[in-house]
Amino acid sequence: MQLSTRHLLGIKNLTKEDISLILSTAEQFKEVLQRPVKKVPSLRDVTIVNLFYENSTRTRFSFELAEKRLSADTINFASSTSSAAKGETLLDTVNNILSMKVDMVVMRHSASGAPHFLAQHIPAAIINAGDGINEHPTQGLLDAFSIKEKTGKLEGRKVGIIGDIMHSRVAQSNIYLLKKMGAEVTVCGPPTLIPKYISEALGVNVSYNLKETLEWCDVANVLRIQLERQNQVLFSSLREYSLAFGINRKLLDGLNKEIVIMHPGPINRGVELDSDVADSKQSIILQQVENGVAVRMAVLYLLSPQTP
Amino acid sequence: MQVLLSSQELAAMVKELAVQMATTYPELKDVIFVGIQQGGAIIGHDIVEEIKKLKPGKTVNYGQLDITFYRDDIRKEILAPDKMNLPFDIENKRIILIDDVLFTGRTIKAALDVLLDYGRPEKVELCVIIDRKEYRQFPIQADYVGKVVQTERKDKVKLINGEVVLVKP
Repeated sequence: MQLSTRHLLGIKNLTKEDISLILSTAEQFKEVLQRPVKKVPSLRDVTIVNLFYENSTRTRFSFELAEKRLSADTINFASSTSSAAKGETLLDTVNNILSMKVDMVVMRHSASGAPHFLAQHIPAAIINAGDGINEHPTQGLLDAFSIKEKTGKLEGRKVGIIGDIMHSRVAQSNIYLLKKMGAEVTVCGPPTLIPKYISEALGVNVSYNLKETLEWCDVANVLRIQLERQNQVLFSSLREYSLAFGINRKLLDGLNKEIVIMHPGPINRGVELDSDVADSKQSIILQQVENGVAVRMAVLYLLSPQTP
Repeated sequence: MQVLLSSQELAAMVKELAVQMATTYPELKDVIFVGIQQGGAIIGHDIVEEIKKLKPGKTVNYGQLDITFYRDDIRKEILAPDKMNLPFDIENKRIILIDDVLFTGRTIKAALDVLLDYGRPEKVELCVIIDRKEYRQFPIQADYVGKVVQTERKDKVKLINGEVVLVKP
């Protein structure tokens, strides 16, 4: 069984079978990560460039570690310290890198659609590590992997995605994936941070009431307020946002069940999540990070070059 | 399709190999049986069940090993992995690898690579049902062999529905 695509540009164009294949392969890579030698030789003949046009800690380290655990050769590119700062175009930069015999490109870019553009112009396999406000497919996959690992399945699960839905590529990838796998999704946040037609467009429920959403869901995936992407005032203050949509211990203790708390990081403690929630046993935030390496290994392995 | 071993013949052979190994390691101390996915894992399971009958009350360690990530022809086709299950400390243990067919030896070479990423066993032995001896591409021989068969290079020998069959190209 193989993926139906040569690139991972988003969850939107993956099939249900693709997603299942990535998740089951990731389970095997998670096993690799428990061994004394946490490494396999699968990609020892493959060179990968990590092109990060936007800041990242978790995702960049996670990809780099995944590549090393697969024995690939890696080179790292950060736009701030490169010739992009001298005015070189994206395509020129990538073509120059590819002329050094690079097989795969992992890219993060602030412009939505940048990896899709590259995929039309270069022969290498492209993995989207986040493009603007469009998608962050490996985050969607690792969130799904973590939900499945923690609760046993995706089908029928009720997942609340809470916070800045408008500017979140994580939300979008999660929604595409969860809907394809048969889960139910409710997005929750202030009306100014939820796209107007999201319910019709993506088949999700919309709620403006946090308590109601938490009472409904099995899993709450809590997002960060992306101040860097907001160029107008969408809520009055972080303090007010936190009062209406921040999750604290009291709120969770008031529910008649124990829900799973997730967050893609970085957390703004005291804004969307209180510390005693983020660090509690209900939270699987650090497992998400651990699972990220295994999921990225699966994606890189399954998209690595084939020369029959 | 030609049947090389019927299910009865295969069951008898599994029993015989189980007796050989149980004789070599009467106490089964520090021994771990490891079936190679997929055919070897099925045979391995059957062999281990026979050994349990021969050695009632003794613990028989059995794991399964998958070579997908270690194939030397990985670029030919990216395959989905099988389950790896080796929940033992293999350091200084005696490992008996079990596979259905020994052909070029490349699978066994890859299986040895996998094992060494788990630790440093004292000794590794190999048990196979079918040995296609004339096509070996690596200096690898089995310690316990069910049957040596003469085949054409392009023939395929497989375990299907509990029988070992030879499929002509």
